Amino acid sequence: MKGETVREIKIPVTRVEGHGLITIHLDGGGKVREARFHVTEARGFERFCQGRTVWEMPGITARICGICPVSHLLASAKAGDAILAVRPPRPADKLRRLMNCGQYIQSHALSFFHLASPDLLLGWDAEPGKRNVFGLAAENPQLALDGIRLRAFGQEVIAALGDRRVHPAWAVPGGVRTPLSPEARDRLAAKLPEARRIAQDALHLYEKTVPAWAEEVETFGNFPSLFMSLVTPDGLWEHHDGRLRFVDSDRKIVADGLDPSRYDEYLGEAVEGWSYLKFPYWRPRGYPEGMYRVGPLARLNCCDRIGTPLADEALGRFRKSADGKAVTSSFHYHWARLIEIVAALERVGQYLEDPEVLSPRVRAEAGVNELVGVGVHEAPRGTLLHHYEVDETGVIVKANLIVSTGHNNLAMNRTVAQIAARYLNGKKKIPEGLLNRLEGGIRAYDPCLSCSVHAAGAMPLRVVLLGPGGEVLDEVVRAP
Amino acid sequence: MIQLRIDDTPVQAEPGETILEAARRAGIRIPTLCFLESLSPRGACRLCLVEIRNWNGRLVPSCATPAQEGLDVVAHSEKLAALRRTILELLFAERNHICAFCVSSGHCELQDLATELGMDHVTFPYRFPALPLDASHPKFGLDHNRCVLCGRCVRACAEVEGAFTWGFSGRGVETLVEPDLGGPWAQSPTCTGCGKCVQACPVGALFEKGKATSEQVKRPEILAEVTERRPRA
Repeated sequence: MKGETVREIKIPVTRVEGHGLITIHLDGGGKVREARFHVTEARGFERFCQGRTVWEMPGITARICGICPVSHLLASAKAGDAILAVRPPRPADKLRRLMNCGQYIQSHALSFFHLASPDLLLGWDAEPGKRNVFGLAAENPQLALDGIRLRAFGQEVIAALGDRRVHPAWAVPGGVRTPLSPEARDRLAAKLPEARRIAQDALHLYEKTVPAWAEEVETFGNFPSLFMSLVTPDGLWEHHDGRLRFVDSDRKIVADGLDPSRYDEYLGEAVEGWSYLKFPYWRPRGYPEGMYRVGPLARLNCCDRIGTPLADEALGRFRKSADGKAVTSSFHYHWARLIEIVAALERVGQYLEDPEVLSPRVRAEAGVNELVGVGVHEAPRGTLLHHYEVDETGVIVKANLIVSTGHNNLAMNRTVAQIAARYLNGKKKIPEGLLNRLEGGIRAYDPCLSCSVHAAGAMPLRVVLLGPGGEVLDEVVRAP
Repeated sequence: MIQLRIDDTPVQAEPGETILEAARRAGIRIPTLCFLESLSPRGACRLCLVEIRNWNGRLVPSCATPAQEGLDVVAHSEKLAALRRTILELLFAERNHICAFCVSSGHCELQDLATELGMDHVTFPYRFPALPLDASHPKFGLDHNRCVLCGRCVRACAEVEGAFTWGFSGRGVETLVEPDLGGPWAQSPTCTGCGKCVQACPVGALFEKGKATSEQVKRPEILAEVTERRPRA
């Protein structure tokens, strides 16, 4: 580390999935020298997958996370498809996509309504005791209720297929276990209009409210970077298959049609001693210049269009806000998330009208035909890769999981530094609004720290200012 | 007919019948794990322990103890329930029983017994042994992590299929069920691939390949059905 850190501020992060910590390093003049976002848990899923069969992997890896088990389930099943060397029957592909749409709806709704909207609607400087989902319920009960209903709809989509809302062991190598029943289809169809109404209302609310947060939009991770996501062969928004595309801040395509299974050729992973989370980067630009972002913001920046009318209309407004270039403020992850809810609901509508989702031909059975399999998938938080190597009998020899939050690691660090520089510089005490903005900056990415280091829990907020000799200069503690 | 009492109920038994068989015919449920109808009793798991009042309260496995005239059997008491829970705890602590992604979860006799007997936690330290998984057979897999050493596979293979593929190797806690006293299963010269061992296995230790979490449903009763249908000499 260059230079000298005179003070260090530590901030565990709340209202995200998992355990994290922010440290801010100040120089003698109180200027922010460096800020880091640390992921402080370690789990080791990759190690204990070894010795298990490829057929068990969806069930095992789904347990990485209680928020996005579906993403791991689907990425794992796809890696399994590759090892079986089969293409799942078409109905199975549609059903997997349908479940993933449910996953986007429930996960994005949780992120926006339960975790993020208290800041957006009650204000970044609102009293911490009220700036949560309960405060939101007191201030805007309709919105809080809408959030719960919308999330419940997403979960119902998942449960209709996988028999349960969390950890459905439904997708398997070669396809899925069961199709949708006509009863479940009708039940979901009946609830779809309300979900659509809620999503549109939330989108309009965001678009109406966001001018009030111009300063935050400017400072919450607003910098040029690459963006990576899957797109269809036609360049459309994609969430379950396709090829990887990289665009830059001008939305110029930097690389396209990349085979996700060869990720190793263009994605590097750097390790820093202060975080359990690795730092992936785009190899051609090196580390750390090869910083890229993934997730809703990246998917909307990468795709040519989404492919459904309401979502494309919203995408038009989103694009216009950046004059057709990439939207570079991570604050707008929230916006992108709402547009993706609209998109996912439109897709759900299409699948529910498709008789193929009721087909019983949903599973291709085969033995071990390839010894390496990579499954790529767009989780709500971004591109997720499961890479397995098996022996001749289908037992895992090596597993490598590259999760969405990992891809955003460099960008989250840059975001923290940007916010700290704007709100802390020169101040002797830690202002409450700064803590919340730092967390908010991280929260915009909706990181899943549990997933990122393949771990779970609630966190207290603690900030410590350390003097040159390590003495505590100031400390702020907030209960989880 | 032999007259005995089980849980203070008068019960009749045919000569040669065990206490367990007499109890079952009288509608008295005694939990079992290593016992499987049509296979010879082995008395390995001790879950079917009963207390004989007029044998100074001696504990005997009901699956392997012949019913005898005048026996006063206690099949259910707080003491027996505690003993059975302890046996289950020891089974769970001995190997790596992780229901969350097990092929047999939801259709597992060990899991069902834990529920039935109220074993809601394990008080012994888990051993977490590093045990291998043999997936070499084209149709079936063997996961030692989930094996409870009940020996139902060994008996099914020997007594019903007549192949004598399975046996125990090692001693005590290190014991493993292995094909021809050493795998891999695919290279077994005796295995006929009939799958009776898989159907007999009460847990997820033997499973059909390709099955994912909770998908392995077994039919241990087919062993009795097969035996029943055979022409007798």
